[in-house]
Amino acid sequence: MKIDLTINTSVARTILTGFIRSEVTRVGYSRGVIGLSGGIDSALSCALAVEALGRENVLAVRMPYKSSSPESLTHAQILIEQLEIPSTTIEITDMVNPLFNLDSNITKLRKGNIMARERMIVLYDQSEVFKGLVIGTSNKTEILLGYSTQSGDAASAINPIGDLYKSQVRQLSRAMNIPSEILEKAPSADLWEGQTDEDELGFAYEEADELLYLLVDQRYSPQECVEVGFDPSFVDTVVARVRRSQFKRMQPPIAKLSNRTIGYDFLYLRDWGS
Amino acid sequence: MKLNLALAQIATKLGDVESNLEKHLQYIEQAKAEKADLLVFPELSLTGYVLQDLVASVAHRPTDNDPIFKPLLEASHDLDLVVGFVDEDSRHRFYIASAYLSAGKVVHVHHKVYLPTYGLFDEGRFFAWGDSVRSFDTRFGRMGMLICEDFWHASPPYLLWLDGADILIFSSASPGRGLNDREKLESARWVERVSKAYASMFTSFVVHCNRVGFEDGLLFWGGATVNDPNGELLSQGPYFEETITYTELDLNQLRRTRARLPLLRDERTGLVQNELARILSKNRQEKP
Repeated sequence: MKIDLTINTSVARTILTGFIRSEVTRVGYSRGVIGLSGGIDSALSCALAVEALGRENVLAVRMPYKSSSPESLTHAQILIEQLEIPSTTIEITDMVNPLFNLDSNITKLRKGNIMARERMIVLYDQSEVFKGLVIGTSNKTEILLGYSTQSGDAASAINPIGDLYKSQVRQLSRAMNIPSEILEKAPSADLWEGQTDEDELGFAYEEADELLYLLVDQRYSPQECVEVGFDPSFVDTVVARVRRSQFKRMQPPIAKLSNRTIGYDFLYLRDWGS
Repeated sequence: MKLNLALAQIATKLGDVESNLEKHLQYIEQAKAEKADLLVFPELSLTGYVLQDLVASVAHRPTDNDPIFKPLLEASHDLDLVVGFVDEDSRHRFYIASAYLSAGKVVHVHHKVYLPTYGLFDEGRFFAWGDSVRSFDTRFGRMGMLICEDFWHASPPYLLWLDGADILIFSSASPGRGLNDREKLESARWVERVSKAYASMFTSFVVHCNRVGFEDGLLFWGGATVNDPNGELLSQGPYFEETITYTELDLNQLRRTRARLPLLRDERTGLVQNELARILSKNRQEKP
C-alpha cells in the first residue's frame, strides 16, 4: 500500500507564516524567540518565523550543554548566518550541573529532562528580554509519540509545525532552503552523546509517520493497519505510546467543584477579543 | 437586468461586535463607491466564528433600535446587504443567522438549520437549530440564503430552488483543512465543487462568501466564488486574503440557460413528494 504524505509546500508555507504573523501580532507582539538546536524542527520553525516577522524580529537562542555535540552549535550557526538573524548563546552547563551533583544516582533520562526544562527557562527569560513570543518546534510525530519533555521542549506560546509529520517537516524544510547539513543528519535530541531519536524510539520516523497518518488522519483501526502490511508489534508499540502520552498533550485536569470550571465549561479561544 | 455584486471576504475580531461593525461600514462605503447593488458578508461576520461561551454576549436582534443593526439598516438605503450575526429570539435561544437588509428594512433572516457538531466543529453545543428554509423576494428577484453546513446537505438548496430562488447566497466561516500535495485545500475543493454543481443542477446563480483570518490555529480560506446558471465560474476571490470581489451578474442569463436546459420546468416535485412520503413512512415503520 502506498501511503503518500506529500504536502504542497507552498500552501503550507503561506498558512504557517500567516499563522505566526497573526498569532504573534494580535496579542500585541511583533517578535519571536526560538531555541535553535541545530536540528531540522527548530530550523524550520525559525525560517518560518523569519519569513513571517522579518529577520530582525526573530532571536535564535543556542543553549548547549558541555557534552552537546559541537556539530549542533555549528549547524545552528550556519542557519543563523544564512537567515541573518540576531542570536545569542547561553550555555546551560553551570545551571544544571549543581542539580545533577545533588544525586550521584541520577539517570540519563532525568538529566535529559532537566536540560530540556532548563532550556525552557532560558528561552522564556529571553522572551522577556527580546519582547518576543516563544515559537514552538515540536512536530506532529513527536507530539503524538510523546517524545518530548513536558514543560521543557514542549513548552511554547504558539507552535507552527505541530500539524506536520517529521517527513513533512523535511519536505517543507527543503522548500525553504534549510542548509543540507541540517536536512541530512540523523534526528537527535542531543541530550547525551551519540543519542539519536530513532535508536531511542526503536523505529524509523518514516515508518512511524506512515502508521500515524493512517491511525490519526485516516482513522484506520490498528487491525486495519496490520492488514495493509504493518508489523503487528510495531502497531501495538505505537498505539500504546500514543495512548500513554495523552497527558503530555493536555492541560492538567482540574477537579470539578463549581458550576463553571476552567477546562470543562469555561470555554474561550486564546484569540478571544482579538 | 444586471446586479453588481460585491463579496467581502473579511477577517473578524472574535467577540468584538463594535469593531466588526466598523469594518462592515468601511466595506459598505467602498462597495458604494464601486456602485455595488448588493454586498455580502460571511457567516458570523459581526461576531467571529469560534464563539463558544461568548455566544450570549455577542447576540443582537436585527431591528432598527439595535445599536449594531441601526447603522447597517441605514446603510441599506444605498445598497442591499447580507450580514452574519448571532440572533437571539424572544425566548433567548441563540441562532447562527444571516440577515438580508434593503431600503432600511430587514427583508429576511435565515437561521442556520444544520449545525455541524463533529470533528473540529461544536456548533450544536452552543446554538439552537433553525427550523425553516425559505426563499424571499428582493428588488433583484427571488433569493435564498444558506450558511455553511446548510449547503453541505443537498436538501436546503433544493428547497430554496423549489421555493423560487434564482440566486442562492451561501456564506461560510470555513476553516482550511486537508492539506495534501494539491494546490487547493480539501475543504476549498469540496465547497467549490458543490457550489458549481448546485449552479449547474438548479440553473441558478450560486454565490459563496467565506471569511478569512485566523482564530487560534484555524485559518479561514476565503476564495469567494460566483457561478452562473450554466455552472460557469464568473469570478473568484483569492485564498486567505481579506478583500472584496466585484462581479456583474447578468440576470437575463437565467432565461437563456433555462430556455436551453429546462431542468426547473421538468422537475417532478410531485414524484419527490410521493417517494419522500413513502420513504419516511417506511422508516417510521422500521424504527419502532
